[in-house]
Amino acid sequence: MDLSLDLLGNALVSGLLLGGFYAAVTIGVSISFGMLDIVNIAHPAFIILGSYTAYIANSVFGFDPILASIVLLPAFYLLGVAMYHVYDVSFERRGDASIRGLAFFFGILFITEVTLVLVFGVDYRLVDAPYVGPSLHFGVIDLPLRLLVPFLVSMALIGSLQLFMSYTFIGRAIQAVAQDPMALRLMAANPSRIKRIAFGLSIASASIAGAILIIIQPVEPSIARDYIGRIFAICVMGGLGSFSGTVVAAMILGVMESLTSTFYGPSWSPAVAFGFLLITLAVRPSGLFGRS
Amino acid sequence: MRNVRFTVLALLVAAATFAAARLIDNAYVFFAGYVVLQYIVLATAWNILGGYTGYVNFGTAAFFALGAYTTVVLHKTVLVLPLPAMMLVGGVISGVIGLGMGYLTLRLRGTFFSIATLAMAVVAQTLITNWNFVGGSRGAYIIRPSDSPIFSGDYIQYLFVVMLLLSVISVSIARAIQHSRLGYGFSAIRDDELAAEASGVPTLKLKLIATTLSGGLMGMAGAPLPYYVTYLDPASGFSLSYAVNTIAMPLIGGTATWLGPVIGAVLLGTLQQVATVTISSALSLLLVGLLLVGFVIAAPKGIVGWFTR
Repeated sequence: MDLSLDLLGNALVSGLLLGGFYAAVTIGVSISFGMLDIVNIAHPAFIILGSYTAYIANSVFGFDPILASIVLLPAFYLLGVAMYHVYDVSFERRGDASIRGLAFFFGILFITEVTLVLVFGVDYRLVDAPYVGPSLHFGVIDLPLRLLVPFLVSMALIGSLQLFMSYTFIGRAIQAVAQDPMALRLMAANPSRIKRIAFGLSIASASIAGAILIIIQPVEPSIARDYIGRIFAICVMGGLGSFSGTVVAAMILGVMESLTSTFYGPSWSPAVAFGFLLITLAVRPSGLFGRS
Repeated sequence: MRNVRFTVLALLVAAATFAAARLIDNAYVFFAGYVVLQYIVLATAWNILGGYTGYVNFGTAAFFALGAYTTVVLHKTVLVLPLPAMMLVGGVISGVIGLGMGYLTLRLRGTFFSIATLAMAVVAQTLITNWNFVGGSRGAYIIRPSDSPIFSGDYIQYLFVVMLLLSVISVSIARAIQHSRLGYGFSAIRDDELAAEASGVPTLKLKLIATTLSGGLMGMAGAPLPYYVTYLDPASGFSLSYAVNTIAMPLIGGTATWLGPVIGAVLLGTLQQVATVTISSALSLLLVGLLLVGFVIAAPKGIVGWFTR
C-alpha cells in the first residue's frame, strides 16, 4: 500500500504542476474565445510555433528558451494583430463569422502545421537548459524542475495578465467589449481596436506557452491537435473568459490526466480531456463556475 | 419524379465514368478515381449538415474511421459478408454515433458542437488505439481478394464501382433534401435558428436528422477503406487531412447547393492526386489549406457562387 500511496502523491503533485502549465496554454483561448467570442482553433498551432521559435533560439543561438520567448512577445503580438485584422475585415464586418470564420482558423491551423512539417520535418525536437534535468526531493515526493519552472512561469504570465485586465484602461476595455460592444461604442471607444489588442495579447501568450511546452516535452508539429481538446475543455469548464476559473479547471484536468496515466497507462490520457469536455458540454455548458 | 430522373441521369454519368476508366485500362486510374469518389461522398455528407444547417463538423475522420474499423471487426468475426452489407453496418454505427453526439451537443451554440466533434475524433482514436482486437496502434492487415466478385476485373475496379454507386446515392439524397420541406427547414436553421424555432420549425429534430444522415454517409464511405489500403492504423484512419479536405471541398465549391461539394471534391481531389504524384503529399496538403483560407476570404459563395447571381 505504501508504494501506491507514494505513487498517488507523486501523481497528484505532477498533475497540479501539469495543470499550471495547461493554464498557460489555455489563457490565450480564454481571451480570444472566452472574451472576444472568436473561436480560434488555430491557437495550439501558434503555441507549437512558439515552441519552434524557442527551439531555434536555444539550439542555434544558445539562448534560454523562456528568455527568448519573452523577447519574442512583440513579434507574436504583431502576428496576432495582423491575423485579427484579416479576420475582422473578412468575416466580422460581413456578419459571417460562424462557418467561414471557423473554417478560416481551421485552415490556418492546418497551414501552420504543414509548413512546420515541411521546414523542420516530423522529428521530435527538444531544448537544453539548466532546469531541464534535475529534480527537487521532499521525502517521497519528487518535484522535477522541468515541471516546476513552467508552472511558475505560467502563474507569472496569468498573474500579470490578470493585473493588466483589472487595472489598466485597455484591460478594462477588453472586459467591457466582452460584455457589450455596443455600449463600448457609445463610450466612443472603438471595439475593433480593442479586440485587435486583445487578440494580439492572446497570440503573444502562445510564445511563452510554446517555450514552456518544449521544456516539458519534446515537440513535433502534429501535437498541436492533442492540445485543441485540452484547451477547449479547460476553457469551457473554467467558464469562458474567467482567468481564475481557467486555472482551477486546468489543475483539475492536470490531476485527472496524471492519475489516469499513472494508473491506466499514458495512452489513455488524451481521452480524459475530451471525455471531460463532452461531459461538461452535455451537463453544464456554462462551466463549473459559470452562472447557468 | 424529378428526383428519379436525376438519379437515372447520375447513374448514366456514373456508367460513362466507369466505361471511360475501363477504356484507359490502367489500375492507377481506379486507385486515384476511388479517392476522388470517396471525397465526393464525404464532402456531400458534410454539406448536408455543414452547408444546409450551418453546423460545422470537424470530426469527419471519426465517422469515416468508425466505418472503416467496423469493416475490420466484421472481417475478423464474420468471414464472408459482402462489402455492401459491411458498408450498411458501418453506416448505421456512424449514424447512431452522430445521433448521440448531436443529442448531447446540438442544443448548444454551433461553436460548441464544432469543438465537441473535434473532441470526439480524439476520443474515438484513443479508444481504437487501445483496442487490441483491431490491431491497436500497430494497425490491422486485411487481405484484399484479387478479383471482383460480380464482373471480370481486378478487385480495385469493384471498389471503384461500389464507391461510384455510393456517390450517386449520396448526391441524390443531398439534392432531394435541398428541394424538400426538410431542406427548407435546414436553411431556416442556418439563416436564423431563433426565428425558425419561433415559427414552429422543430429545430432539434431537424438537426438530429442532419447529423445522423451525414454521419451515416461518412461511415459508409469509410467502410471499404480497409480493402483499399489493405493496412489500416489509427493514425492514417483518423488523419486530420480527411477533416480538412471535407471542409475545404464544399467551401471551395459552394455550400448552398448539392452541386458545390461535387465540384469542390472533383477539382480538389484531382488536383491533390496530381500534386501528390508530381510534387509531394505534404505540399499538396498545404495547397488545400491555402485554397481553403483563400476561398473563405475572397469567395464566400464558392465556385458555384461565380455563376449564380
